[in-house]
This record gives sequence, C-alpha cells and structure tokens, in this order.
Amino acid sequence: MTTAATTPRSLNPLSRTLCVLKRELAGYFVTPVAYVFIVIFLFVTGVFTWSKDLGGFFDRGQADLGAFFYFHPWLYLFLIPAISMRLWAEERKQGTIELLMTLPIPLPAAVLGKFLAAWAFAGIALAMTFPMWVTVNYLGKPDNGVIVAAYIGSFLMAGGFLAVGSFVSALTKNQVIAFVITVVLCFGFLISGYAPVMDMLSGWAPAAVVDAVAGFSFLTRFDSISKGVIDLRDLVFFFSMIAVFLFATAIVVDAKKA
Amino acid sequence: MIEIKHLVKRFGPFTAVDGVSFTVQRGEVLGFLGPNGAGKSTTMKMVTGFLTPTSGTAVVAGHDVSKEPLKVKQVIGYLPEGAPAYADMTPESFLNFVAGVRGLKGRAKTERIEAVVRMVHLEGVMRQTIDTLSKGFKRRVGLAQAILHDPDVLIMDEPTDGLDPNQKHEVRSLIKSMAATKAILLSTHILEEVEAVCTRAVIINRGKIIADGTPSQLQAKSRFHNAVTVTVRNASGGAAAVRGDLRSLGGVSDVQEAPGRNGAVSFLVLPKGGRAIIDEIGHHARTKGWELDELHAEAGRLDEVFRSMTAGEGVKA
Ligand SMILES: Nc1ncnc2c1ncn2[C@@H]1O[C@H](COP(=O)(O)OP(=O)(O)O)[C@@H](O)[C@H]1O
Ligand SMILES: [Mg+2]
Repeated sequence: MTTAATTPRSLNPLSRTLCVLKRELAGYFVTPVAYVFIVIFLFVTGVFTWSKDLGGFFDRGQADLGAFFYFHPWLYLFLIPAISMRLWAEERKQGTIELLMTLPIPLPAAVLGKFLAAWAFAGIALAMTFPMWVTVNYLGKPDNGVIVAAYIGSFLMAGGFLAVGSFVSALTKNQVIAFVITVVLCFGFLISGYAPVMDMLSGWAPAAVVDAVAGFSFLTRFDSISKGVIDLRDLVFFFSMIAVFLFATAIVVDAKKA
Repeated sequence: MIEIKHLVKRFGPFTAVDGVSFTVQRGEVLGFLGPNGAGKSTTMKMVTGFLTPTSGTAVVAGHDVSKEPLKVKQVIGYLPEGAPAYADMTPESFLNFVAGVRGLKGRAKTERIEAVVRMVHLEGVMRQTIDTLSKGFKRRVGLAQAILHDPDVLIMDEPTDGLDPNQKHEVRSLIKSMAATKAILLSTHILEEVEAVCTRAVIINRGKIIADGTPSQLQAKSRFHNAVTVTVRNASGGAAAVRGDLRSLGGVSDVQEAPGRNGAVSFLVLPKGGRAIIDEIGHHARTKGWELDELHAEAGRLDEVFRSMTAGEGVKA
C-alpha cells in the first residue's frame, strides 16, 4: 500500500504522552464545559477577592493578592474534581478505554498525558486571573515575589488535587460519583492541618500520628508558599502526592480495564 | 501471524474463555463464530493486550503479548466491539490522534489519512463530531482507525454488526481487498459473512472451540451436505409415488416435501452420511422417464451446522 505504513515508527514514550495530552486538552475546549468552568473560576475568584464581606480587598489597605489566594483551596475543592472526574470515568463509559489501551501507548504515558492535560487546563484558568495581578500593581506596590510564589503554590495544589481526582476517576465510570468522592478526599487533605481537626486528634492520637496527619495538609503548605516562602519540602510534598496518586491511577486503570 | 495458545480467561468463578488455541496466517481471513457470550470478544481482548489472560498467551508477528504488549499493539489494527471512538471529536481530529500515536508524522501522516478516508468513504463527514454520525459512519471511523497504519494483523470484533445490507457489503469488500497481505481475524455471528469473506472459520461455544475448518469443510458437516433438490414435472403416480421411489434409493436417508411450482412436485432428498446421491437420483429419474425442472445438490448449510453445534446456547443478548 502506501509507504507511510512501511516507514519505521518510533515508540518514543514522550511523544505518545504528548499525543494523549494534546487530544485530552483539545477535548476540554470542544465542549462549552471548559468555557463555563473558566468563567465560573474567574467570577468566583473575583467575587471573593473584591467583595467587602469576604475578601475585603479594599479594606485591607494594602495592595496584594492575599485575599485572592486565600480562597483558592476552597474553590479548588469543587472546581478541580469537576475537571478530573471525567479523566478516566468517561473513557470507561464510552468504551474508548479499550481503544486507548490497545493503541501502542505505554500505560504511564496515558496516565501522565491525561493528568498533564488536566493540569494544563487548570493552569490556563489560573493564568487568566492575571488582570488581578495587573490591577494590584496599578493600585499600589505589591510584593510581586510573594505573588509569584502564591501562583506557584496554587498551581501545585491544583496538581495535587487533580492527581487525587485522576485516581478516583479511574475507580468508577460514573462521573458524579467520581466528583463526590474526590471532593471528600480533597477536603480531607485540606483540613488535615486545620487547627480544630488537630485539636480533636491530639486529644487521643500519638504525637507522631498527629504530625503525620498535619504533614498531609494541602492548606498549611499552600499557606506558607503563598506567604512567599517556597520551602523545598513543600515542593517535594506536592510532587510526591502527584507521583503517588498517578502511580495509583495506573494500577487501578490496569486492574479495572474490563 | 497470530498464534493463540491455550488462552483461558476467568471472571471470578466463571470461565469465559476455556483453553482456546488457533493460528491465523497471512492471507487468511479467519471468521470467529459463536453465539452471544461464547467468548469471542474476550479472546480478542486478550490477543490485543487489553485483557490479561488467566493463563495461556498469544504470539502476534513473533511478539508474545504477555511479554511485549507494546510491540504487539504496534502490529495490530483493532476494531473493538461497537467501534468506540471519542464522541466529541471529529473524524479528522480522531484519526490525527491515532496516526500520531501510531508514529506517523508530517506529510506521510496527512497522505495516509487521506488514503484511508477514501478507502472507507469518510470524505463528507470529516469535520462533524463523531456523536452526530450515523452508525454506519461511526463504524467506518472505527475501521479507518484500525487500518490507518496498514497493519499486518487486523482484528475486528463484529465489524458489520448493526449495519444495513449495503454497508455490510461495503465493509466486506474492504476486508476482501485487504485480505491478501494481512492476517485477519474477525468475529461474527452472521453465517453469510463467513461464506462471503472468510477463508477459514473457527466456531466457539461456551469458551471452547468446537469446530475449525474452511467454510466448505464446515458445510460438509451439515445434514444438508450433498442433499439434492429434485423437481419432477410429470409425476405420473402423483407426489406420493415419486416420494416412495426416492425413499427406496440406497443412499437416501430422508425425503422432505419442498414447494413445487406449476403443478410440479418437488422434494429435498437427504443423503445417508453425507454421500453424494445426485447421480443415483438422476439415473433413477431417467429410468422412470421423469421430466426434471430442477436437480441440484447443496454444499451444506452453515447456519444449520452452527445451530446444531451450539444448540440451546446464546439466547442472551
Ligand atoms: N468483565 C467481565 N466480567 C465478568 N464476565 C464477563 C466480563 N466480560 C465478559 N464476561 C462474560 O464472558 C462471557 C463471554 O463474553 P464475550 O467474550 O463478550 O462473548 P461474545 O463476544 O462471544 O459475545 C459472557 O458470558 C460475558 O457475560
Ligand atoms: Mg462480543
């Protein structure tokens, strides 16, 4: 037939990852879901930041984005599962998982490609908040280093949540269930360092357990990053979370293909 | 090209595929036949590396699917049951994705996609989302995806299921046009498909192979193999006399009435043990002075072979 088929084909895992990433990312934008998502994200961050009662941006008397980032964890709690719920559940529901898994794509490439697409999408939504950054610079003299750190922290936190969501999405073909379970899990990761929870735990659990639980808190780690302190341990934490949950995703996808 | 070795798949206590072995050579089109739930799809999913066998394995183009699944996946073009495709993509973006994954690039990629699109007649719908396509077009998208890299091994799970007769004919022509250079395994429960495109058929029932041979070898197992239809225009003694005469012949096991035309009487004469009895009947007709409208022997009926072998099975959808 044609020569196209007889030319040797590379089996480069990176290029396969990119293929999956590109397909997946384009998939977000062919439906209105992506646009709705971005609008909601921008609207809600805006409302939280600028409203008098919530963020109190104008009452703070200082030009920074503290109010803006303060709400990110809570916003992500609901928005990130909405992105991640379809990652694998949709493949299984449509039956395309059989197609995907019988194409010459290594499983890690498929898992990573999908995750990176979701992360890139979250990154795009986050990047579209840049007018806020411009605004604070117009209104005053913010510490832009702190703002950059907070953006990085926010993006890392989104990645952590997405990895959890990817894992949950691999467990079911029902997106609603995937959404709910992801919210619950992410909520756990958020509040594990929250003072009332810690107080409750420290009443009976050994100190090591309390510390371990606190160590898993997305909230405390995001808080410290968004104050401008980028601690290597926090970076390692988020990347480890992502790695562990993507690994778990691969195991579940492999075990539950049928 | 495809070597299936003692494949077994259990789902919990249930054995869906139970020690299936067969091979498919280049140039062969193997029809994998069986009632619903026989284990056809499960077997194919193991060969294509989607499901891990409980035991046994498949070797495709020299690569063991349990050891080198990616190599196997590169060699195979696979159309899963129902031709799944990403519903919110267009055939254009979908085929581009598959081509990219298959390692096609640049001009070679564009040209190959164009060629395949022409082969399966997708030209008119390339920019329409797949979920708005008719069943026939969706199936073609699935076929296009499977043959995009001109694979040496083509595995298709019920490629014509749910298509109208014209579409079935088109798909079969396409398969036949590719048959010479590939090893093709297709599953079906449509018997005419086997006669139309397959060089060999394997019948599976309850996870076990119960027959393996060319369509004519399978037809030879039929009660109707070498059965003769005879239509007599001038049956002097009436139908009963002709029937009696036929029944008295040595090779005949049974004589069944068949619909006659214009006052002629017609019978279907079944042989004993598949013997060729047409000569004997012809000879008898001449001695009796019968004027014959019709005298012909059958090769056999695959559907009857299939039904008798898989009797009582496969009523579940
Ligand atoms: N994932 C699964 N879990 C449990 N049983 C299954 C699974 N997949 C298939 N089966 C069962 O295995 C049998 C064979 O199925 P299948 O291979 O799809 O049959 P066919 O394709 O011949 O119609 C059926 O009884 C089916 O219900
Ligand atoms: Mg099937």
